[in-house]
Amino acid sequence: MASQIVKQQEGTYQAAFQALQQRTTAGSPNWIARLRESAMDRFEQLGFPSVKDEEWKYTNVAPISKSTFEPVIGPTDIASVLTAADITSSTYAETEKSRLVFRNGNLSQREVSGLPAGVVAIDLVEAVAHEKYGALIREHLARNADYNANGFTALNTALFSSGAFVLIPREVVLESPLHLLFISDSLDPKPATFPRVLIVAEENSRASIIESYTGVNEGSYFTNAVIEIVLKDGARLEHYKIQRESAGAFHIATTSADLGSNSSYDTTTINFGAQLSRHDIQVRMNHEGAECWVDGLYMIGDGQHTDTHSVIDHQQPHCTSHQLYKGILDGKSHAVFNGKIFVRHGAQKTDAMQTNKNLLLSNEARIDTKPQLEILADDVKCAHGAAVGQIDENELFYLETRGIHPDLAKNLLTYGFAEEVIGKIKIDSIRKQLDEAVLNRINARLEVSGAS
Amino acid sequence: MLEIRDLHTTVDGNEILKGINLTVKKGEIHAIMGPNGSGKSTLAKVLAGHPSYEVTKGEVLYEGKNLLEMAPDERAREGVFMAFQYPIEVPGVSNAQFLRLAYNEKRKHLGEEELDPLEFKDLLKERAALVEMDASFMSRSVNEGFSGGEKKRNEILQMAVLEPKLAILDETDSGLDIDALRIVAHGVNQLHNSENATIVVTHYQRLLNYIVPHYVHVLVQGCIAREGGKELALELEEKGYDWITAPVGKDGAGASHVA
Repeated sequence: MASQIVKQQEGTYQAAFQALQQRTTAGSPNWIARLRESAMDRFEQLGFPSVKDEEWKYTNVAPISKSTFEPVIGPTDIASVLTAADITSSTYAETEKSRLVFRNGNLSQREVSGLPAGVVAIDLVEAVAHEKYGALIREHLARNADYNANGFTALNTALFSSGAFVLIPREVVLESPLHLLFISDSLDPKPATFPRVLIVAEENSRASIIESYTGVNEGSYFTNAVIEIVLKDGARLEHYKIQRESAGAFHIATTSADLGSNSSYDTTTINFGAQLSRHDIQVRMNHEGAECWVDGLYMIGDGQHTDTHSVIDHQQPHCTSHQLYKGILDGKSHAVFNGKIFVRHGAQKTDAMQTNKNLLLSNEARIDTKPQLEILADDVKCAHGAAVGQIDENELFYLETRGIHPDLAKNLLTYGFAEEVIGKIKIDSIRKQLDEAVLNRINARLEVSGAS
Repeated sequence: MLEIRDLHTTVDGNEILKGINLTVKKGEIHAIMGPNGSGKSTLAKVLAGHPSYEVTKGEVLYEGKNLLEMAPDERAREGVFMAFQYPIEVPGVSNAQFLRLAYNEKRKHLGEEELDPLEFKDLLKERAALVEMDASFMSRSVNEGFSGGEKKRNEILQMAVLEPKLAILDETDSGLDIDALRIVAHGVNQLHNSENATIVVTHYQRLLNYIVPHYVHVLVQGCIAREGGKELALELEEKGYDWITAPVGKDGAGASHVA
């Protein structure tokens, strides 16, 4: 019975694929049709992963494979209940003139007047057919995020019908951040969306990009996103991924970054939403002298599940990676952190540091954390560690002796725990939004604006 | 203000304090001295309400109320303050945020209006000057990355903000260089007045050159073995602790009452 439902749902994806192939034949290059076809074939072979797969051991995606979702492959496929207020509440003041809004995966608003000349931020499907960008996209699309290894990535590659292509030309500096906002409705039928983003930052460019996910109400839908990032030599990118999907949502995403020599990639991922979320983040350091910060915070409560699988791959010498992932788990929740760091043969003078810290606020919360270090070079500096604990008794006592009630003290310590990651975010409105979200969660009486 | 009567305390089943009697009045400075392991830090922690210490006998009255029945945060709001020997780092919480929260909790308890961030900033600036602390410390996480001396100064800053009636300084001089010691002592002296009281717990006489006590109590093996004025501290400096032995007899015969 169960497998029948799965088959049925896979049939829905197949039908969407056929419809998409027919629709996009006009004006769209052959290579993209072939890419989709190959990805769809691969999806049919792989299907969705099961818990028998080592990489998916702790995350059961049966609720996705056994549910009926309606794949959204065009802007008019699903009647949207999205209002202007829904968008406003999810935007940031810093990106008023540099923002792309996607509604159920399709580009619906584009405001780019704040971007410097030469910077491109357009619909990916349009860009594929564009004579100026087609070749560049072909060179990079689906090169980093391998659809052969992952059914979700394969499905996204077959079915993406919109998304963003972002190009920061050589030497260009983006003063204000660019925001890619993905908003989903939870309707009947429940939408499945396939956001796809390709970011190419050319030599010595500088940019800051926010990628955020949110839902209009607390219902169910399925986001299956793939973000590919290419940093050329000397490029610097700050990348924020803010996942605040609806309580009933499923969020599966892959971020795959390729770092040029002496480039710098500073990314922070926030996972607060969805009933089930999985983020695969892969950073390939295959040129000398690159540096990355791959940080994150997951904060989940009763009934939520979040899984982060991170791979930082040191392939060349003189690269530095820093990773701090923190988790706060409340109620009956389950988090997974799997962090692999590879130091390949010859990647001498690698400097890699990885930390995963978890704070359990309830006895029913569960964390499976596995930092892994695989070193094949001999002249390297690597350290990693994982910690799981509850509120520290000594810290609690210290705050109490200053007249702070234990409940408030616990909230303050929880807030402080999250703040170690949030505090590093360089965009004020994001920090403020996240502070508020954390404080809401812990129901604290603190004021965000505080005397800090 | 404080009356400790026949206080016995255990930690993990071991008796540390074996019958302490001590009376502290308004306007007084008391020094508790003693060799390592004599129980002087335990006494400070018991007064602050540390959960690891169990009081097995005796009582502690603070302003006529049973201190031991009060939770640590309640004691603090009532005016008891302990400066920690090893101040705790609180990552992610700024010093200013923490201090304003603590300050306002106390104001609320006393039925006074809370201060908004701007009003508090002024107060904090004024108090920080007392311990020569730079404004940059206020936006940093509580004690995180502070040097030993900075942590101790931060303790006295907290004391200056919270204005306790009874301040207990637990080995505040340990790890301080002479300049930091002078700054810390100056802060403590400025805060001391005829309406509050200070208990200084220390191993060395050095701090007492700067904070001059009215009374000195020497703890040996969990009992008060000797008491006197400030000159007792000088005698200890000269001769060490070896010549003072623990009092023999039930409930510590040497533990007299200081008027």
